[in-house]
Amino acid sequence: MPEVPKPEELMKIDYRPPERPWMETKPEFRGGRFCNAASPKWLEALDYPYARTWSVTDEDWNLPENWKDIVLESMHDRLNRFRSLRLFFDICVRCGACADKCHYFIGSGDPKNMPVLRAELLRSVYRRYYTVAGKLLGKLAGARELTEDVLKEWFYYLYQCTECRRCSVFCPYGIDMAELTILGRELLSSVGINTEWVMASVGSCYRTGNHIGAPPHAYKDMIDFFCDECEEVTGIRPRPSFNRKGAEILFVAPSGDYFADPGTYTFMGYLLLFEYLDLDYTISGYASEGGNFGYFISHEMGKRLNYKIYSEAKRLGVKWILGGECGHMWRVLNQYMDTWNGPADFLEEPVSPITDTRFENAKSTKMVHVTEFTADLIKHGKLKLDKSRNDHIVLTYHDSCNPARAMGLFEEPRYIMRNVCNNFYEMPQNTIRESTFCCGSGSGLNADELLEVRMRGGLPRANAVRYVHEKHGVNHLGCICAIDRAVLPPLLEYWGLDVEITGIHEMVANALVFPGEKKKTVDLRDRTLKGVEPEEIEEEE
Amino acid sequence: MGFNLACYFSLFAVIVLVLVPFVGAAAGWHVIFGIVIPYLAGFIFLAGLIYRIVKWARTPVPYRIPTTCGQNRSLPWIRRSLRDKLENPENTIHVIGRMALEVLFFRSLFRNLRTELRPWREYPEGGRLLYWSTKWLWIGAIAFHYSFLVVLSRHLKFFTEPVPFFVPFVESVDSFFQIYVPAVYMSGIVLLAALIYLLVRRIADPKLHYLSLAADYFPLFLILGIGISGVLMRYFFKVDIVAVKQLAVALVTFHPTVPEGIGVIFYIHLFLVSTLLAYFPSSKLVHMAGIFFSMTRNMAGNNRAIRHINPWEYPVRVFSYMDQENMFRKQMKAAGIPLEKDTEE
Ligand code: HEM
Ligand code: SF4
Ligand code: SF4
Repeated sequence: MPEVPKPEELMKIDYRPPERPWMETKPEFRGGRFCNAASPKWLEALDYPYARTWSVTDEDWNLPENWKDIVLESMHDRLNRFRSLRLFFDICVRCGACADKCHYFIGSGDPKNMPVLRAELLRSVYRRYYTVAGKLLGKLAGARELTEDVLKEWFYYLYQCTECRRCSVFCPYGIDMAELTILGRELLSSVGINTEWVMASVGSCYRTGNHIGAPPHAYKDMIDFFCDECEEVTGIRPRPSFNRKGAEILFVAPSGDYFADPGTYTFMGYLLLFEYLDLDYTISGYASEGGNFGYFISHEMGKRLNYKIYSEAKRLGVKWILGGECGHMWRVLNQYMDTWNGPADFLEEPVSPITDTRFENAKSTKMVHVTEFTADLIKHGKLKLDKSRNDHIVLTYHDSCNPARAMGLFEEPRYIMRNVCNNFYEMPQNTIRESTFCCGSGSGLNADELLEVRMRGGLPRANAVRYVHEKHGVNHLGCICAIDRAVLPPLLEYWGLDVEITGIHEMVANALVFPGEKKKTVDLRDRTLKGVEPEEIEEEE
Repeated sequence: MGFNLACYFSLFAVIVLVLVPFVGAAAGWHVIFGIVIPYLAGFIFLAGLIYRIVKWARTPVPYRIPTTCGQNRSLPWIRRSLRDKLENPENTIHVIGRMALEVLFFRSLFRNLRTELRPWREYPEGGRLLYWSTKWLWIGAIAFHYSFLVVLSRHLKFFTEPVPFFVPFVESVDSFFQIYVPAVYMSGIVLLAALIYLLVRRIADPKLHYLSLAADYFPLFLILGIGISGVLMRYFFKVDIVAVKQLAVALVTFHPTVPEGIGVIFYIHLFLVSTLLAYFPSSKLVHMAGIFFSMTRNMAGNNRAIRHINPWEYPVRVFSYMDQENMFRKQMKAAGIPLEKDTEE
């Protein structure tokens, strides 16, 4: 793993732009700042074009002979298919309102990380080939030839954008760099430029069903293991079913939640909650991934992976689908799934079997967010909760980019947190809700080799956590995103913050009082609860 | 800095644009500068803008991708304030509200913040990020656009006979603080002040300077040129207003004539305006029309309730459930997972 400068070093950020104009500077492919090239086996498995061996640090990227024609053809094609691309290329006034809104600019000071310049990297090529002024005046009109250096620059900076959409909140025209990044990455993919981290996840997901490459039987094993764990710490053993036809609900979680701590505690949380409710649900080994790394390389690949969810719901004959806590997963489910793979006319409008609440907001997609489901349960008094069981936790909440800016899911998780925890503090206003800061590792950038970029991009979030940590003694950060749960622990550790990351349903399960349960002395992580004397634990053992 | 070039070039271009009619009008080419060029510019403006709009309108919007800045509609008891409805619209009425706020009040620009990394000794990493609310750009932008609009509407009196009712009203409000004769219009002063602010900001802020192109300086210099020539014409080098009106009315009624005796300064003003019109459709100024098309703002965030259809959606290659079962049948069976086709039975 590449060396990352120490936090004090990294904090010395120079926001002054360099002397040379941006068209004359080139990125430096230093360790920690780029993702490795995808190996051909993944591309071959997915029928992705131009599978080959190449390396980012090589001078020659081994591009196909006519790479330039291909890229321009791809751009042309997308200009005719995506109004967003054409419009966002045309109307930016370079007012700079978006400039210091991007966490990568804030954390690096690199001017090409200003969303407006990131967009100009692509826009300059559009001008050269699609506008009269660009053709005639060239550089003076902000136009430039598409060269291999330009392509490399795209690769560098499009993989330093987490598609978080914070810039789009502040832009007076709503210009969304995330959209341009998605389409720009498609252009790169069209000549076989992909990253190993994303392609390996996509390639694994395509066949086994999830990013971590766990085939159905392995997934089932993991779930059985979580059931053991649940039983050990709570005395209650969940009884989930697997690939069961005729269940009422199909539950889909992101693989991050069954892959590693602390996501696994969230998964245990789901299992315990569903057990408490005696919910008629099933988990699938085919639709075993809620997340969708395919979306990070192209709309088409996103659709190919997303296909599994509806098709599995149909095969199993469920009535509706419940989705776990995950960020970009919900961007895809909310804004793309129905268009890609709908209509889901074989499903029914979701109704909570416990409260009879009709989820009208999901009447077409037929997929409900688990925090909507749980908030509704709490509101109807269907859960017996003992908040004090989370008294060892002083909580803050990180709005994940996508549920925030591509959905507007703000109150449900907060409502749940307030009902399961006594100590809840918000981070500063300009760092939450629609202005929330990215974890710095979204959209397929959670690769180890990109560590420096990630630590830089995570600075605004870490700094806001620092604020509540110092002021209110916050020791846990809640979130509804599996990527967050994977990447925030190393981020906060890097920034020297002693704050744990927790999913919302872990907190729910901690507080849940099962009828006739044994006296609780520990939480899901086997940590002693506040107010529990050491003797009590010994007595039980 | 290399890109100073962009700024100097734009200034130089506008100076040339001033000299052209100066020389031309002095040489007596009044028909060209008074009739031909304005018509040409007007035509390019209309045709170009329509071309742009049609081009955008004909390109599909494959996905519904609003940027949501407020609580979405979900459970009935989760309160949605008016702000939520305007920032995360669920229906057309809300969308109209959101768009009206964007177009009339530059809502998103109003959100603007300034990010500052300040040395902070209490924090081990030695720095703290602060986010200051900053409204200067918003104020400058509002001042510029609205004064531009007022100035434009005041010009209607030259083109219309009789003059529409609101023009005298706008004029009287505009010249409310009447000190001099002729009445000084606030809009003109605000327009120039706002333009100078936008220009200074672009030059003085290193980030902004770094990313600015000639296409960013040029409109500012050009409109500044229009404004200055207008002010000079009104307060200093008086021109024959009756003749100007004659020419303007003649232009819009398509009976073009050029009355004698209009000063050169008028031709400069008119030529710069013509340039702006002709330049408009191929420049960033099309944001005026483009803002209405912005899909992150003009779409309702009701994605899960109403299906959005993509006209070009095509079937893709997938890995089906049966593909998976065929691949892992033995292991799945061993793990007790139900199968579709148990080949060993
Ligand atoms: C629906 C009508 C319009 C809307 C909503 C609108 C909105 C905006 C906004 C929000 C900005 C960014 C803030 C700024 O930099 O000032 C802007 C910039 C600008 N607008 Fe407009 N505008 C409209 C029409 C026009 C028209 C008709 C013109 C001129 C002929 C114009 C000229 C400009 C210029 C030159 C800038 C860039 C200012 C700079 O360089 O900083 N706009 N507009
Ligand atoms: S805020 Fe929007 S218009 Fe302004 S520079 Fe950024 S992308 Fe361009
Ligand atoms: S989408 Fe996020 S990461 Fe990408 S440019 Fe905008 S603010 Fe930066």
